[in-house]
Amino acid sequence: MKVTFTVNGSQESVDDVWEGESLLFTLRERMGLPGSKNACEQGECGSCTVYLDGSPVCACLVAAGQVQGREVRTVEGLADGGRLDPVQEAFLECGAVQCGFCTPGLIVQTHDLLARTPEPSDAEIREALAGNLCRCTGYEKILDAVRLAASRKADAR
Amino acid sequence: MDFLRPPSWHEALALKAARPDAVPIQGGTDVMVEINFDVRRPSALLDLNPVTELAGWETVDGRLRIGAGLPYGRLIAELGDRAPGLAQAARTVGSPQIRNRGTVGGNLGAASPAGDCHPPLLAAGAEVEVESVAGGVRMIPIDAFYLGVKRNAVRDDELIRAVWLDPAPGPQHFSKIGTRNAMVIAVCSFAVALHPGERRVGTGIGSAAPTPLRAPEAEAFLADGLDGLDWSGPLPEGLAERFGELVGEAVSPIDDVRGTAGYRRHALAVMARRTLTWAWNDHLAATGMVS
Repeated sequence: MKVTFTVNGSQESVDDVWEGESLLFTLRERMGLPGSKNACEQGECGSCTVYLDGSPVCACLVAAGQVQGREVRTVEGLADGGRLDPVQEAFLECGAVQCGFCTPGLIVQTHDLLARTPEPSDAEIREALAGNLCRCTGYEKILDAVRLAASRKADAR
Repeated sequence: MDFLRPPSWHEALALKAARPDAVPIQGGTDVMVEINFDVRRPSALLDLNPVTELAGWETVDGRLRIGAGLPYGRLIAELGDRAPGLAQAARTVGSPQIRNRGTVGGNLGAASPAGDCHPPLLAAGAEVEVESVAGGVRMIPIDAFYLGVKRNAVRDDELIRAVWLDPAPGPQHFSKIGTRNAMVIAVCSFAVALHPGERRVGTGIGSAAPTPLRAPEAEAFLADGLDGLDWSGPLPEGLAERFGELVGEAVSPIDDVRGTAGYRRHALAVMARRTLTWAWNDHLAATGMVS
């Protein structure tokens, strides 16, 4: 089937989408957007987190056909032209990236957290990121990056 | 596989009548896992996302009508005061990403014994509104809804439209055992609801029998005991203890990867005693008496 939707601000049509296919597969394998990662395929790891109509969701659990006419924003759509989003910069600066596999999902989820809760407590950060698994860093540097991004965004206001 | 995309509730019902084999999909948090892992290959998916009216809630004649497509995240944000037991359970579902997609209607449709919504719906005495072209609207009492492991009373041509319950007439509490605080399927779970006006107590148990279930003997024992106290004053320790034991006796758990039958019975007795104590303290606070 054909699915037409908006990805990172641009309207796209994809042909030959299988009816049982996940949005994640469509993004990665048909649209050249491999930023969202494919790991557990059951909503446990958060590596495939994307915005759907402004809410973060696991792209592996959205049927591609369900996004017809809707708006998707992936990690590829967070940078403003050549300039990284403050969340992306903070992850780089804090060394919150080791193998990098969980990073795109964590960045999208953190981006949403800071949009809703600009000055999150540690408890709020942990709750917001509870569905994003990292098997390398042990999370401490990830939490540092979220705190740094929050303070950068506060300074920019 | 066909992908059916009805733009309205009536067209959804018409499609379900024509294609009773079609599997409804709303948040996808259960259905897509099964498809991703090749456990299920439905001949058709019936996408209910376009039926936007399902994602709302309203109050009708004093009762709460929660649309089958209301995501947990909105339920938590908007109904914590009117449906505290259900909202507490919703807070324990998966992660924020899952709570942005998963719904009460999906939990009912999947009818897993471990589904988090079932205990508070049983304790509150909810009703499930289902509809079909041939049969019209049916209201299924929640006690009659669960038929077996992952089987419910919804017919092949019917769709779940809403769940009805009274705005909480008294304190409600939910408790769940898991190996960590997020992203867990319940080892077992328990909900209690006090109905002080009717001098009645509701219970709901998850993950400790082939279906979610109530503990009627525990409910009757406790209602009797609270009557004896005239629903006031401190909760006698023996009453809470015995209530917990009766809850533990109401179930028929199995040993599995998440826990043993013996552990589940014990944990339920503890959760029943604790949630009752929390609810009773709330009740005393609400009626101006301090525990």
